[in-house]
Amino acid sequence: MSLTFLILAAITVAGTAAAMGLRNAVHCVLALTLGFLGLAGLYLYLGAQFVGLTQVMVYVGAVAILAVFAIMMTHRPGEPEEPFSKLWLSGAIIAAAVFFTLARAIALAFANAAPASPASTVPLVTAQQIGDALMHRYVLPLEIIGLLLTAALIGAVIIAMDPKDDTGAQEDFAE
Amino acid sequence: MTPLEACLLVSALLFAIGLAGALARRNAILVLIGIELMLNAANLNFIAFWRYGPHPEALTGVLFTIFSIAVAAAEAAVGLALILAAYRHFRTTNLDRMNRLKG
Repeated sequence: MSLTFLILAAITVAGTAAAMGLRNAVHCVLALTLGFLGLAGLYLYLGAQFVGLTQVMVYVGAVAILAVFAIMMTHRPGEPEEPFSKLWLSGAIIAAAVFFTLARAIALAFANAAPASPASTVPLVTAQQIGDALMHRYVLPLEIIGLLLTAALIGAVIIAMDPKDDTGAQEDFAE
Repeated sequence: MTPLEACLLVSALLFAIGLAGALARRNAILVLIGIELMLNAANLNFIAFWRYGPHPEALTGVLFTIFSIAVAAAEAAVGLALILAAYRHFRTTNLDRMNRLKG
């Protein structure tokens, strides 16, 4: 376990914890961006360059921006609200219990395992190898994912479309 | 502590943070983000097992993660669209106030 790993893990955990703990929703998404970047760094550290860059493009570039826009579109000024649910304490206790269960399971699994294998070298995976695999062995899942993304995007547009046509926007403005 | 164990612990912590956010936040958008964080924890596990597993040349973990990211992106798009549609109806994204099934 190297210092690089510790720093990246600290960035990831701090960013995501701030994203779930801050009061202002926009600050939450900014902290989330930091967490996603730390996670992309972890992928790069583990030798998965393509996944790390995909993580930056999809999560930092698309999902976080989409979340910021959704927060701006649903923000109503002059309405101070408590950001945490009434039952936040039980949620936190459940999450802590889940974490300690997982941590104990991991510790037990590694306690019984064979002594650590010699440090393996970082496997080199080029984008070309991934492209070859996607185009030959995994071509059917790739097509299905393409279909899923098309259906999801069309569905998202239809769901988000205002049924009252363009009068809805003016009503929003008048309020 | 082996590197794989450390990765799994970080991933478990990420999952717990996402779960806490999904259970404790009031804003529907932040609940969706908590669910995304739990998906990301699973992706980190795939990459860690691929990296420290016996056959890293098989690319299985990397490809599974790529497909998982694609599904998560579709989920985020549809989820945010649903939240916008619900906001148009309830005039709020506060989940404690979206407590009716009737329109």
